Amino acid sequence: MNNPQLDTDGRLRHLLSIEGLPKKILNQILDTAESFVGVAEREVKKVPLLRGKTVCNLFFENSTRTRTTFEIAAKRLSADVISLNVGTSSQSKGETILDTVDNLIAMHADMFVVRHSQSGAAHFIAKHVPDHIHVINAGDGRHSHPTQGLLDLFTIRKYKPELHNLRVAIVGDVLHSRVARSEIHALTTLGVPEVRVIAPKTLLPAQVEKLGVHVFHDIKAGLKDVDVVMMLRLQNERMNGAMLPSAQEYFKTYGLTQEKLSLAKPDAIVLHPGPMNRGVEIDSSVADGAQSVILPQVTYGIAIRMAVMAILSGGQPSASQGSTSQGTGS
Amino acid sequence: MKIHIKNGRVIDPKNNIDKKLDLFIAAGKIVALGTAPDGFTASQTIDASNLIVCPGLVDLSARLREPGQEYKATLISELQAAVAGGVTSLACQPDTDPVLDEPGLVEMLKHRAKQLNLAHVYPLGALTRQLEGKILSEMGELRAAGCVGFSQANVAITDTQVLWRAMEYAATFGFTLFLHAEEPFLAKDGVAHDGEVASRLGLKGIPSAAEALALAAILRIAKETGANVHISRLSTAEGVNMIRDAKKQGLKISCDVSANQLHLTEHDIAYFDANCHLKPPLRSQRDKEALSAGLKDGTIDAICSDHTPVDDDAKLAPFAEAEVGATGLELLLSLTLKWAKQEKIDLLQAIKCVTQVSADILGIPAGDLSVNSNADICIFAADEYWRVSSTTLKSQGKNSPFTDLELAGKVKITLVNGQVVYQG
Repeated sequence: MNNPQLDTDGRLRHLLSIEGLPKKILNQILDTAESFVGVAEREVKKVPLLRGKTVCNLFFENSTRTRTTFEIAAKRLSADVISLNVGTSSQSKGETILDTVDNLIAMHADMFVVRHSQSGAAHFIAKHVPDHIHVINAGDGRHSHPTQGLLDLFTIRKYKPELHNLRVAIVGDVLHSRVARSEIHALTTLGVPEVRVIAPKTLLPAQVEKLGVHVFHDIKAGLKDVDVVMMLRLQNERMNGAMLPSAQEYFKTYGLTQEKLSLAKPDAIVLHPGPMNRGVEIDSSVADGAQSVILPQVTYGIAIRMAVMAILSGGQPSASQGSTSQGTGS
Repeated sequence: MKIHIKNGRVIDPKNNIDKKLDLFIAAGKIVALGTAPDGFTASQTIDASNLIVCPGLVDLSARLREPGQEYKATLISELQAAVAGGVTSLACQPDTDPVLDEPGLVEMLKHRAKQLNLAHVYPLGALTRQLEGKILSEMGELRAAGCVGFSQANVAITDTQVLWRAMEYAATFGFTLFLHAEEPFLAKDGVAHDGEVASRLGLKGIPSAAEALALAAILRIAKETGANVHISRLSTAEGVNMIRDAKKQGLKISCDVSANQLHLTEHDIAYFDANCHLKPPLRSQRDKEALSAGLKDGTIDAICSDHTPVDDDAKLAPFAEAEVGATGLELLLSLTLKWAKQEKIDLLQAIKCVTQVSADILGIPAGDLSVNSNADICIFAADEYWRVSSTTLKSQGKNSPFTDLELAGKVKITLVNGQVVYQG
């Protein structure tokens, strides 16, 4: 079966998941993002790459942070942006996903940024849109959140450029996490030699080791000598039930504290996709501490999303549009 | 009407026949094989040169969607599909709307099917009222109305006390229960095999243990009550082992596997192909191999189509939200032949799994070409290929994991009660 993310020439057509993307494309996105980091620091924070294009944020599931960063990214590329919280409108009136999408195509949307609670929703939409329309997955169920995975890798690369020498631990609710799946694929594709997952058995999917990770249930053993600690968010609804007895017990066994972090390498960095549950998966002193790169992640997230949109629309930034001077406002 | 089918290779598992023979039909019955009876003058001659003549297929699990779900399929569309697939008798599941738990509904269904004069329909009555797993249905009345057995379709009986009583009651009268083994709590919200693929795609899994647990309860209670139990659509390697052991212990157990499970695994889901959203879920390669081996050694008795027509719109959704099911009646023969070819099973043995054995499980007069039996016959070209596509399928359900594949085994003529009901 053809890879639905690539066109016949092997170029990126949609960004649906990290899995299935060649290293070359991941690097292309990361390198392109590099050139966009500077845009935000200018007085005029805009480049005209997507001028005249309409980007439609289609959020079937609520999100503030991701939607906002996509919106900012599209606006910095000079696109027109529409953001729809479909969860609260059409869908509740019984309109199907495809009807919603078809209507927006009829309004000449060029690119869809989709979030949906069902795994595979972005693939489903991508399969049904006409050739000239691009789909970016902004999170589908437990499956994938590729821009998050990319921005995490971008952040890691900034602080630890030698990816082939790293030991990375992902801690927390891997079972329900699209972020974890994206991170794992990004890390393994880009040649990180050792990726660990640390979680109780209730929060790990079946045969997780087949994703190319080492499994740890003891956080102390798992964090030993790692260079990067990637924390995952624990959803409220998982905290009290058959998955876990309580948030307190989770924090005690798997919450990241300074003490546990001290087992990692002294210069290890800590990431978290946000929003954080302080005192559940991460202690405030770590979240706000010297090893935390959680806020830079957010900043880089915009550059990554700009890069993905630019590449999809065929507009690679030239030197003048990217890292150096002169953005054109609109 | 007297029909002479000449020059065909007749395969009749029940009578252990596999050779070139002529077949003679009069008044809806097979009257002779080999040489014509005295004074036989055919009003119609069918030349079956280079074709195989076998008993019409008997399917153990098909959904016809009537009553109540005519937007998915109708009796006429699905019975046309059946005969186009060489299926001349089929057992239909009770999960219609309303549920088949009333003798009147069963009589109506039988009556309507009979009027259509296509495949024979043998309803499986609901084992419990509304399939709720609480109150037994009027099995005696339903039997009298034409039910050949009782089923819970895909709904589990969670209360083991009810399951026990249901088996005891059925055993009293010698009724057969058709049960699908899936423990509903472990399977809750699950949409795919709980393995590598579901983990990668972020789909909620149904562990193999869900089948093993349900099967353990069913087998244990069957042993205790002496009930006749048929396990529908086995899906795991562990399940095959459990059935093998149960048979060794002498339990009155039979079981089938869906043709889908013989050919597909979790990996066929690929990029969320909703056509592969099936119940039971497509499992691992190891499970598939165990099912095939089980069928080969007789642990699994029969192959069913698991025909579940779904309307196109219901499949137009992300994987988990897409409705479960695939069309199957028209693929049963080809998928059985494909399995036989892959496993180097001779045709007689393979055809047995979709004719004689299924008929015996249902206790119906079908599945063989004995003299005086109903002339329900399938004539097909074993080596002719056909393409599975929405335009070729007669079923109203156009969804199949095999869409766009070329399959060998083209049905040329189907006879029911000695009448040609399909010509392809």
